[in-house]
Amino acid sequence: MTTDAPPPAGSRDHAPAPLTTERFAEIHRSAEFAELRRAHRSFTFPLTAAFVLWYLLYVLLSNYAGGFMGTRLYGNVNVALALGLAQFATTFLIAWCYARHAAGKLDPRADAIKSRTEAGA
Amino acid sequence: MSTALQAAGLAAAGDAGAHRPLIITLFAAFVVATLFITVWAGRQTKDAADFYAGGRQFTGFQNGLAISGDYMSAASFLGIAGAIALFGYDGFLYSIGFLVAWLVALLLVAEPLRNSGRFTMGDVLAYRMRQRPVRTAAGTSTIVVSIFYLLAQMAGAGVLVSLLLGITSDAGKIAIVGLVGVLMVLYVTVGGMKGTTWVQMVKAVLLIAGTLLITFLVLWKFGFDVSALLGAAAEQSGKGAAFLEPGLKYGATGTSKLDFLSLGIALVLGTAGLPHILIRFYTVPTAKAARKSVIWAIGIIGAFYLMTIALGFGAAALVGPEEITASNKAGNTAAPLLALHIGGADTAGGAILLAVISAVAFATILAVVAGLTLASSSSFAHDIYANVIRKGQATEKEEVRAARWATVLIGVVSIALGAMARDLNVAGLVALAFAVAASANLPTILYSLFWRRFTTSGALWSIYGGLAASVVLVLFSPVVSGKPTSMFPSADFAWFPLENPGLVSIPLGFLLGWAGSLLSKDKPDPGKYAELEVKSLTGIGAH
Repeated sequence: MTTDAPPPAGSRDHAPAPLTTERFAEIHRSAEFAELRRAHRSFTFPLTAAFVLWYLLYVLLSNYAGGFMGTRLYGNVNVALALGLAQFATTFLIAWCYARHAAGKLDPRADAIKSRTEAGA
Repeated sequence: MSTALQAAGLAAAGDAGAHRPLIITLFAAFVVATLFITVWAGRQTKDAADFYAGGRQFTGFQNGLAISGDYMSAASFLGIAGAIALFGYDGFLYSIGFLVAWLVALLLVAEPLRNSGRFTMGDVLAYRMRQRPVRTAAGTSTIVVSIFYLLAQMAGAGVLVSLLLGITSDAGKIAIVGLVGVLMVLYVTVGGMKGTTWVQMVKAVLLIAGTLLITFLVLWKFGFDVSALLGAAAEQSGKGAAFLEPGLKYGATGTSKLDFLSLGIALVLGTAGLPHILIRFYTVPTAKAARKSVIWAIGIIGAFYLMTIALGFGAAALVGPEEITASNKAGNTAAPLLALHIGGADTAGGAILLAVISAVAFATILAVVAGLTLASSSSFAHDIYANVIRKGQATEKEEVRAARWATVLIGVVSIALGAMARDLNVAGLVALAFAVAASANLPTILYSLFWRRFTTSGALWSIYGGLAASVVLVLFSPVVSGKPTSMFPSADFAWFPLENPGLVSIPLGFLLGWAGSLLSKDKPDPGKYAELEVKSLTGIGAH
């Protein structure tokens, strides 16, 4: 297979010596990797589904619920604009939640697996 | 579209001649400054990691700024401001889609890509697969997406610059497209990723500063009362309350509503499949830094799109739709016209603001075309030349040399196409690039990273199928023929009713990837998948 050949000496872009397929398979089977994977997927997959649905709901409301979207809330600010701003707010909120989750739940697990592997490979 | 009319529109708005020397001075200052940066960056570009990935030395914040500079194109700045100014609320929906899309990149793509790839999108797509066919496919779709996007920017540059500088002859417009092409080739061949990144950072700062200034002035004019701004915009538009509600542009018929849904889906799923965005994640040292850069980008891009409310509704209220459409039918000059009016038409203040905002728009275009050129030449050199033609035997020096030559070639091709495409519908080309990225690239990226049973056949079906479906559907859509606004208004071979193919081509891309994996004789390689999964989540062995 013609994957990237190891870069020549002198290049600053060299990765540590590649692990064997068996070693990767071993890590893949380990309980701590399973936990890392679960922590990643159980957070990002439902959240992705949620924000895509929330965005689609907003697009569909704009399309098919014009009357509701035109309801005035405050001065000239109507439901459509408020929901649009809510999309901005949820995007910022989700980004912040993910950053917290990743720093608290993903990074420590990933770092532990990585440092152990690279130390005792 | 008559350029004489456009020039007349701008002339009516203020003194057309007086601001030109200032605009040219600011354009020239930006060009000189960025060329200086490029030469400086070029001196530090030694190996392939420098050329493709800027030496992976940028911080999360720097890359977040550069991502913003790479992403906020002329279509965003000029196009969205114009769309809001003319269609009110329906224009604002672009802003929302372009921002929400970043969550796909943040949650699913940025970090795994940084951990498991090296220089291009193809590195990740081909990781578990047979290298040559999948890299060829990845290179093809990278180049197609980038060229569509590039054409839109070039056409935009032609319209904008010729309008502001009063160049109305065809030869003059072609010369402008040629100048943009030469500059982008210089940025990329000399400065590589390092130079391109710095140009994008400078542009992002200029764009945010210019937008903040105009936003502040617009809000100040309305006593910082957003409701009053909206009210004035609705009144000036002549459409009343309907201007602030959905439906002015897309609400007319059942078909146009479907078109809106199609556009919405393409916008939200396209971003995470745009090659020139994806390669930016390789410019930072770790996946954590890649995450930080996306968080910064979401903050910067979000703030910018929020300000498009003030730009667009401000232009509707203070410039008015007649003057905007007289200047450019698509509304692309709404933001510069707003700058002229808010500074005071026929005053030095107005001329200065117009010149500043025009220079910002020019900087925007140059930074984006440099990113696109780099993405396509990287993919040509790394995926197609090094891994397919030379079967992985090329040295780094040969690969980088191939990338530089590819840049020159792409520059020549896009100058030629851009000169022909100078009157094409800019927004249509950008939306098409997003639809192709979401149909051909995103399914394969997600399946590769997260689906154990994905195979080489699945990847090929999905990339080529998504690519073909989106291009063919656009070819037979009202974008190309059958309507007065089409590329060929006198011909009519349109049988696909929607302007954006995403509603059909994106599900098709996902379906083909799934079907191709299950129906073909190809067997997935479980060892390679375990390797990719471990690498992508832990960063073990990352470059």
